[in-house]
Amino acid sequence: MAHAYTPGLRVAKQTEVKKERRLPLKGEVLVKVGDRVKAETVVARTELPGNVQTVNVANKLSILPEDIERHMLVKVGDWVEEGQYIAESRSFFGLFKSRCTMPVSGTIESISDITGQVIVREKAIPVEVNAYVDGEVVELYENEGVMVRTVATFVQGIFGIGGESIGILEVVASGPDQPLKPELITPDHKGKIVLGGSLVTIEALRRAQEVGVRGIIAGGIGDADLRTILGYDLGVAITGSEEIGLTVVVTEGFGKMTMAHRTFDLLTSRQGMKTSISGATQIRAGVIRPEVVIPLDSTGRSEGGNDVEDAPSTGLAIGSHVRVIREPYFGRIGRVTALPPELQKLETEAMVRVLEVEFDDGTRATIPRANVELIEE
Amino acid sequence: MVDVNKDPNEIQTIIATDCGSTTTKAILIERRGHEYRLIVRGEAPTTVEAPFEDVTRGVLNAVAEVEDLTGRKFIKDDKIVHPRQGDFGTDLYVSTSSAGGGLQMMVAGVVKEMTAESAQRAALGAGAIVMDVIASNDQRQPHERIQRIRSLRPDMILLSGGVDGGTTTHVAELAELIAAADPKPRLGMAYSLPVIYAGNVDAREIVKDRLASKTSLTITENLRPVLERENLQPARLEIQKLFLEHVMMHAPGYKKLMEWTPVPIMPTPAAVGSIMQLIAREEKINVVGVDIGGATTDVFSVFGEVFNRTVSANLGMSYSISNVLAEAGVANILRWVPFDVEEGDLRNRIKNKMIRPTTIPQTLEELMIEQAIAREALRLAFEQHKLLAVGLKGVQQERTISDTFEQTESGATLVNMMELDILVGSGGVLSHAPRRVQAAFMLIDGFRPEGITQLAVDSIFMMPQLGVLAQVHPKAALEVFHKDCLIRLGTCIAPVGTAKPGDPCVEITLEMPDGSTETRSVRFGEMVLIPLDVSEKAKATIHPTRKFDVGAGKGKTIHTEVTGGVAGIIIDGRGRPLNLPEDKDERVKKLTEWNKALGVYPE
Repeated sequence: MAHAYTPGLRVAKQTEVKKERRLPLKGEVLVKVGDRVKAETVVARTELPGNVQTVNVANKLSILPEDIERHMLVKVGDWVEEGQYIAESRSFFGLFKSRCTMPVSGTIESISDITGQVIVREKAIPVEVNAYVDGEVVELYENEGVMVRTVATFVQGIFGIGGESIGILEVVASGPDQPLKPELITPDHKGKIVLGGSLVTIEALRRAQEVGVRGIIAGGIGDADLRTILGYDLGVAITGSEEIGLTVVVTEGFGKMTMAHRTFDLLTSRQGMKTSISGATQIRAGVIRPEVVIPLDSTGRSEGGNDVEDAPSTGLAIGSHVRVIREPYFGRIGRVTALPPELQKLETEAMVRVLEVEFDDGTRATIPRANVELIEE
Repeated sequence: MVDVNKDPNEIQTIIATDCGSTTTKAILIERRGHEYRLIVRGEAPTTVEAPFEDVTRGVLNAVAEVEDLTGRKFIKDDKIVHPRQGDFGTDLYVSTSSAGGGLQMMVAGVVKEMTAESAQRAALGAGAIVMDVIASNDQRQPHERIQRIRSLRPDMILLSGGVDGGTTTHVAELAELIAAADPKPRLGMAYSLPVIYAGNVDAREIVKDRLASKTSLTITENLRPVLERENLQPARLEIQKLFLEHVMMHAPGYKKLMEWTPVPIMPTPAAVGSIMQLIAREEKINVVGVDIGGATTDVFSVFGEVFNRTVSANLGMSYSISNVLAEAGVANILRWVPFDVEEGDLRNRIKNKMIRPTTIPQTLEELMIEQAIAREALRLAFEQHKLLAVGLKGVQQERTISDTFEQTESGATLVNMMELDILVGSGGVLSHAPRRVQAAFMLIDGFRPEGITQLAVDSIFMMPQLGVLAQVHPKAALEVFHKDCLIRLGTCIAPVGTAKPGDPCVEITLEMPDGSTETRSVRFGEMVLIPLDVSEKAKATIHPTRKFDVGAGKGKTIHTEVTGGVAGIIIDGRGRPLNLPEDKDERVKKLTEWNKALGVYPE
């Protein structure tokens, strides 16, 4: 248990952000190193092999599978349009003809004389990858994609849904403890990314969908509301492919959770700026956290040259700023006042490593080290 | 390289590691006098992923902790030293691995309930996670099956189908689907996907023709040569061989790790299966084991020497905790919570654990909720296990006149709780429960043992290392298993049957080791604990009332010996099937009463 503390989520005012933009399969890269790109710029393109359909020709023509070859009107590799005849059989001295048509347009991939089936591959599916953030291409992976670099305000969330979205950041909550109510969302927010406070409710999500909001950033979301908007109970925290029409990034957790002041203040200071967000979350091995990236100028180069603030992780120490991430002090923020080395007994009787913390209001508490996360500064 | 063929008695020192997906655990075993014992254990984070991307780093770190704890040296120049030179190094190094998500497979067979199910058992027994089962009669359209194969990207596919001399057409169809999907392996874009064919011998040429050019095809014996018999071992061995040759070789650092050990690296669950089979065979007992982790829950059983293993890939206590809620439903979790909690609150707590999986319960209420969820995770995983640990389906059974009234179907579950001798639990929520009796109670509620069953936990989950060690040194593996591996919790006595609350259920007389006698009459709906220490045994006379059965039949008395443990002898008078009161207040009252009777939580 020596290393039992959660490294904090990053909240950086200005930092270098590098994004790998890769295709799922090899393809064509459309930009080169040194190019300045917009978030919307398509940087690479490919085609995924089309879907596969099967046609049971032997069945349709009432012939034996081994006879299929002599009834085929097309051969492997041919491109055939939907509705075109691909096989025919004649019976009763050639007077009656049965024919088999193509169910979809595609290429004949195989003809089997054992199963009597023909496998058809539909047209390839084009796939494009955009730059996701305004910035500069700094690396090229041949036939696969690029690395885009920018200098940006960068905030990691704890949980999100929906894929990547790009829009102008609009602060609608008056404070980090204010829930995002539906009446706060207006038609003016169409195409924008909206900053709420402590909680996004189902009513607000519905309203955002109606209006055409691209993304929501909030402190918390109720699990019951999450289930309603998704239409199912989320079993495992692997998200990013939900199709609900917008992206949601939650910074603190489930339930009503005041957004950390620092996060709220930082995002508020970026009001009106172009913002890229992603809801993709994966908690298991190879952690992916949702994120908010706000490039600081349109080229991705910071005005101040190299004054990039990067927060090195220093580990837990006396004076560290921490957030409690489990009941009974969930969401509270304080400073570490002691790190006793010996194991201590909790109310549950478990013997664990603890730390002592002083909250912002001056009260103190003893918390298992596993139940805090560092607020990286 | 260590000569594993040398006299096993010459082996004094053994290091065994298990590279899990998050932690690498090392144990040091040494020969002390005439027996092998566990000396210490060390652990370190697994280093398969960035920034290290070399599994041996984590292995060396875990072994370095063993060095720190013993003051001995095992590592030189970033290598485990063997053979041993005096006090330096080890005689034998072995390892298991489930890092990088373990072995993920798809299986295919002709009939879902027959060859496809046999293929699934073969894959699970070899330690794989089965991502999907494709069968000619699985009700899916061919293009849906192809789509599925393409999107899942398994590490390997096992194709079976047809008894020898049976259908070749359906096998060809499956082979054509796989070829059309042109699947790519999960790791290493550059190599072709391993496919094992273990079906109808007559279809071998057809399969070769369809798949040899597109995949890395291996052909082995039919896993269901006739309907009446499974032949799973050749396919299992082939899976493990390919796991090493293909999957492991592409996982970062494994090539190096494989050079360190003279024994093939085993998938962790396969090693657990191996030690459990050894114990069941040696002691002629039936065993059920469970390992409940953060993401997955594995259940193993050996009944009448038939080994089965299932993995519930999405039932666990952290990453997958939310899925326990989704599968069990809120009401089923709340029924184990001995206080009032709102549904919305429970949901949020569970999701918060999912997104912050390393947190631990600080309050008693949080602990009770976590243990309630564990009960449901165990119950669901065991239900899935019982569905797969079955006799062969589709087999004609010989029936005599006396069987006429007994409507047993083929494919009935092999899991007979009354015949179960020992139930072994492992995994954080069981092993780290602050009071051992909590682990015992979770096992009882999750598995519902019947009659007389011993309970134990493998506190540090040493079974994987002992399983791989058993391949080359069964004596050392068995000795350590008996002396150091299990923490005996005690014995559960659970009469089967129901009655009205408060009716007499069972009377038990124990002749204690100190010569005293203890007699307890237990009423229906009661839980009773009689302390009996670890390694102590008591002669027991168990007399159930006429509505209850403890193994000999309703109302039949049993004379036996019961084994103690850190919890003691638990008499579960709640009956089987186990039903909790429907009324919430009544249920909370009963839960509180049972917890108090067993001393489960602090007052």
